[in-house]
Amino acid sequence: MLKIDDLKVSYGGIEAVKGITFEVPERKIVTLIGANGAGKSTTLRTIAGLVKPAHGRIHLQGEDITGLSPDRIVSKGITLVPEGRRVFPDLTVLENLKIGAYLRRDSIEDDLNWVYELFPRLKERSWQAAGTLSGGEQQMLAVGRALMSRPKIIMMDEPSLGLAPLVVKGIFDIIREINRQGVTVLLIEQNANMALRIADVAYVLETGKLTLSGTGRELLANEQVKKAYLG
Amino acid sequence: MKLSKKTNVGLTVALVAVAAVVITLLDLKIIGSTYVTNIIKLSAIYALVGVSMNLVNGFTGLFSLGQAGFMAIGAYVVAMLTTDPAGRAGIYYVVPINPVLEQIQIPFPVALILGGLVAAGLAYLIGAPILRLKSDYLAIATLGFSEIIRVVLSNNELAPFTNGSLGLKNVPSFSSMWKDLGLPGNGLWLCLGIVALCIAIVVLLINSSYGRAFKAIRENEVAAEAMGINLAHHKQMSFAIGAFFAAIGGGLLAAHLTAIDPNQFKIALTYELLLIVVLGGLGSITGTVLGAFVYTAGKEWLRWCDNPLTIGGVEIPIFRSGLRMVIFSILLMVIVLFYNRGLMGTSEFSWNGIYGTLRRWIGKVTGKIRKEAKQ
Repeated sequence: MLKIDDLKVSYGGIEAVKGITFEVPERKIVTLIGANGAGKSTTLRTIAGLVKPAHGRIHLQGEDITGLSPDRIVSKGITLVPEGRRVFPDLTVLENLKIGAYLRRDSIEDDLNWVYELFPRLKERSWQAAGTLSGGEQQMLAVGRALMSRPKIIMMDEPSLGLAPLVVKGIFDIIREINRQGVTVLLIEQNANMALRIADVAYVLETGKLTLSGTGRELLANEQVKKAYLG
Repeated sequence: MKLSKKTNVGLTVALVAVAAVVITLLDLKIIGSTYVTNIIKLSAIYALVGVSMNLVNGFTGLFSLGQAGFMAIGAYVVAMLTTDPAGRAGIYYVVPINPVLEQIQIPFPVALILGGLVAAGLAYLIGAPILRLKSDYLAIATLGFSEIIRVVLSNNELAPFTNGSLGLKNVPSFSSMWKDLGLPGNGLWLCLGIVALCIAIVVLLINSSYGRAFKAIRENEVAAEAMGINLAHHKQMSFAIGAFFAAIGGGLLAAHLTAIDPNQFKIALTYELLLIVVLGGLGSITGTVLGAFVYTAGKEWLRWCDNPLTIGGVEIPIFRSGLRMVIFSILLMVIVLFYNRGLMGTSEFSWNGIYGTLRRWIGKVTGKIRKEAKQ
């Protein structure tokens, strides 16, 4: 569904992503794991259009979307849950969700109900300022907000960052549920254990290059991965 | 506890009715004086420009200090195009008026909108390069741009149009325009009506999905961009809409004062507006309106500080011209230090808010009384 072809991205002369090629099949959960600075976030930001690639092409369902502006990419059906949640703190939960649907011109009522069904907690707090939510609730809101654009692919940048283990488990359950309902997921994580457990396809990214790939289960069993990422 | 919807609506209707009666009585000069109505008009005009500044600074989070320049554009368009052609030779008495301009006279509302559009167009064009700047750098760029507008308007080469540094006079006043319409009163309704209409439009804009996008940009640019909000376009639009309403405010100011002068639109005017916006609360429309009235009325009331003061035969030395501005500077510092969200913060006026505050105060007082009674 999403095809990344020999992607290279540089920040001020330093190459953060050094030519990676991978594919995100439809209705699957794909994860990129890797250490800090491996280029995971850069890859997602480039797909979302926030950063322009130096080289390589990105195709969504056969259509070249390389270098399009972020708003065009969102309207084509790719949405990013940014790292560190980044909800709009002074706006209410409902307003946050409505901004997620900003580019849509059709009725958002059904999707609002869908998000409230996935996250009943958000419904309870819909009139509360997002900044007053707990970390886990903010992450739910960030995911819900992204879903409001009714994406084909939802990309998540470290959804477990800074959350308690029990909350992380809840978030991963939701990711699986979203995927079951037909949304393709591209996930990057430092919490390799959790990510590999739910991933259909997984890639290991090391200093800007893909070094390993396989199903989540395969990588979980891989000696190298165990040593480097699972501890 | 909250007030019921019925009480809310009832209180609002009552407030509007009382305000309408008071405005009408003031306008017919049954109560108050011209001095009072003038302060009200000026406050209302400052409120509108303050709201336009708040749209850019408080709601979109762009630190822009260009409002005085955009006001100047609006004021000049109104002053150049609405005066009586017969009297124009008397205004342009040093450099004769441009013969084409001399023939053109357009109605006040058209001139207001035209001024707004010119300012908005200019803001949109310069917004493209300068809105890439952030925070204080943007403030410096907009401030500089505002000064450029003022200097261009007072330039001698443009004197056949702008009358150079002499400024323009004989602008039709609200009172004369109102009387031309054959209505009773002195035009207070005209000024307040236009201001109210413009502020209502800004409020509708802020509460629309477009306005929500502005607020999203203020809260977090990265997330807003990831949600598909085109940052450059929205910032430019916010800047241009802010300029539009600032220019309308400038046009109203020209009609209010009936004479304008390029020196009125110096940086000091932007700072006055910034004071109003910060005093009222960045991100609160009702706060800005309140701030405008408190500031303008306060500035008038503090005039006694500018005159020599003698207590018990001793003349206090600091009481001389300019002291009231010192007091305002101190006030601003106090607000920034201790009350840095302004009078209203980012919340809007609501009867529930007042009710809650009253209950808290009454609770405190009765609590104290009870405590004392126990002792």
